[in-house]
Amino acid sequence: MGQEFYVRNGQSWESDFVPVLDESSFRQKILDECSQSSAGGGAGARLVNLFAQQQDSRSVRIFAMLGKDQEGKLSVFSMRIPAEKPSFQSLTPELLQAHMFEREIAEQFAITPVGHPWLKPVRYHSNYRNVSDVWPEISSRPIPGTYPFYRVEGEEAHEVAVGPVHAGIIEPGHFRFQCHGEEILNLEIQLGYQHRGIEKMMEEISPERAVLLAESIAGDTVIGHAMAYCNIIESLSDCEISPRAEAIRAIALELERLSNHIGDLGALSTDIGFLPPAAYFGRLRGEFLNLLMELSGSRYGRSLCRPGGVLFDLDQDMAEDFRKRLLRARKDLKNISYLFFTKSSVLSRLDGTGIVSNQAAQESGLVGPTARASGRGLDVRTDYAFGMYRFRHIPISTVLSGDVYARALIRWLESQRSIEFLLDILNQIPDGDLQMKTAALKPNHTALSMVEGWRGEIVHAAMTDSNGRIARYKIKDPSFHNWMGLSMAVRGAQISDFPVCNKSFNLSYAGHDL
Amino acid sequence: MWGVIINRFRQGCRTLSYPKDVPAFPKRFRGKPVAHDAAGEKPAMDMGKCLFNEDMKDIYPKGALTYSRDHRMAVSKREDLILRDDEIRLAAALNEKMLKIFGRSLKLREVCAGSCGGCDAEIQAMGNVVFDLSRFGIQFVASPRHADGLMITGPVTKNMELALKKTYEAMPHPKIVIAVGACAISGGPFQGGREVHNGVDGLIPVDLYIPGCPPHPLTILDGLLRLLDKLER
Repeated sequence: MGQEFYVRNGQSWESDFVPVLDESSFRQKILDECSQSSAGGGAGARLVNLFAQQQDSRSVRIFAMLGKDQEGKLSVFSMRIPAEKPSFQSLTPELLQAHMFEREIAEQFAITPVGHPWLKPVRYHSNYRNVSDVWPEISSRPIPGTYPFYRVEGEEAHEVAVGPVHAGIIEPGHFRFQCHGEEILNLEIQLGYQHRGIEKMMEEISPERAVLLAESIAGDTVIGHAMAYCNIIESLSDCEISPRAEAIRAIALELERLSNHIGDLGALSTDIGFLPPAAYFGRLRGEFLNLLMELSGSRYGRSLCRPGGVLFDLDQDMAEDFRKRLLRARKDLKNISYLFFTKSSVLSRLDGTGIVSNQAAQESGLVGPTARASGRGLDVRTDYAFGMYRFRHIPISTVLSGDVYARALIRWLESQRSIEFLLDILNQIPDGDLQMKTAALKPNHTALSMVEGWRGEIVHAAMTDSNGRIARYKIKDPSFHNWMGLSMAVRGAQISDFPVCNKSFNLSYAGHDL
Repeated sequence: MWGVIINRFRQGCRTLSYPKDVPAFPKRFRGKPVAHDAAGEKPAMDMGKCLFNEDMKDIYPKGALTYSRDHRMAVSKREDLILRDDEIRLAAALNEKMLKIFGRSLKLREVCAGSCGGCDAEIQAMGNVVFDLSRFGIQFVASPRHADGLMITGPVTKNMELALKKTYEAMPHPKIVIAVGACAISGGPFQGGREVHNGVDGLIPVDLYIPGCPPHPLTILDGLLRLLDKLER
């Protein structure tokens, strides 16, 4: 084919540079590059993004971004779908990673992936092209519409339906279990209740509002998504932010990671019924949120990241105070984690529960701590280093067993690494302006931004039109892939294992539903 | 066993002495907005729409709006959220009959109807040892059938509308409804979006509005305690 176009994280490029392939070579190229067997010339790439964009002439273009994790670059190419024939040959039968992307494209642009084994709506909304939907009545009926859930028939097989309103204080989603006695044969997860239409709104609202919207994609990943959005705008306007702003963003991102990882350990203790560490972890989580509040005025870091830099400084006195508080938190974390991870009753509950194998994690494209707990060494901070992480590295932690224990342990390990990173960087925050001016966005450009949020790889991609306005904004939260991991983890497990499995993933409904 | 005891000793008691003492908020904390005289008149400020973002200040004439460190913002009526001067009519207590029923034990059901999860995280945080919600007799329950009140977050997405209404209908009378966060009050950052409503108003009657994005746990707690007449007016 000879046409190769590579981009790096945080880069922007003229949209016309992206090669356009015909349908069969587009498909073949994805399959070849993502093939794992070296015999078939497989490069072991990962399908990082696959999304559609409406072209002027009522045709649609589908873009693929294949990540070469070892080389830190992504191959970008596209194909055109003419309006007369809104369909293409599905990749999913050969490449499971494409499964959610194809359903999303079908829903957003009414283009049918022919041969998709499980074609059902993702978020239940009408398409962006104002043509008839792939599923009639998709937006006029409540979820799940006319879709029949997957069913297991047979003597003593039974079904458990949970949600959308759950028992605890959590977001809405529907879980349908097919069980035989206590054993879960299949779990089907149906989300979409949280769909707020963020991607579409991003194209319509002012930049001042867009950053607030980016902060509200997932309320526990404010910094992660705001950073990804800011990187996009900075990249599209050739704005270079100062090392000081980079450092402050990285500090906030690690504080966000710490608060969530430690909160998750607390939630796991609660679900096991081991209440002392649940209380202590819960309190310790608050210490990190309070550091973020000290820095940004909000416990979740809202208003910190803005295109061009950050709104708040972290001066010498504050850095000193943060260091002291982090040293105290490090000691607490060690004591409480010892209490948790050394109890045989805790280990017997977590060990071997809800296993996701390395192969399964690879096939379905899992990302973040979930993938690392299955032995997959993926981390945007290392593979596609951005911002401060280009200069200061955080070692990747991986665990091999892929069970709930591994996903708990990885949180403890990563928390330790984050604290060390923070202690180090707070010692010497580089100089520079807090916020640079951003210029108008470059017309007809595409930008890509990847951030390792606490749940994993956050990917934002944006395309501008000829007037330099955002014409397409694509958001991928790590939960988009990882919900599939939860379904696989509970397969064959006991129904009573579901709560600990769910907590060990702790995925975002809002981030998935957008 | 010893590990638990040693850690218990090390951790000590972390519960705030609130409401007796109110902890100091950090300097940058953005509490109740304050309008100042600029160009002769004070701007009217709708706390129900406010996302409490730092750059909000830039939209108003210079110096016309600042944030105080006052966390108390919950009100009983939607119009009370519109600040015209510095006075705020904080939430009123329930009437005597309702207080007799709920005053010492209030069970709440939470429904997230399209929030980003931020408000829900703060509601959940009220249950931790620092805020320790249950010492006030307030608890979250798993079923609407067991609930006296409904706490709603999020702008109410079209996909959640039915589930929210069904939850409300499933609760026994008398019942109260609490809207938490900018989204539930006005749609917040999603206001005007075609997949959402602009908050709970118009779908279900609301008894208590708690603004914020997300509101601090103490802001929510303040609203609940005012409702139950457990704070000085």
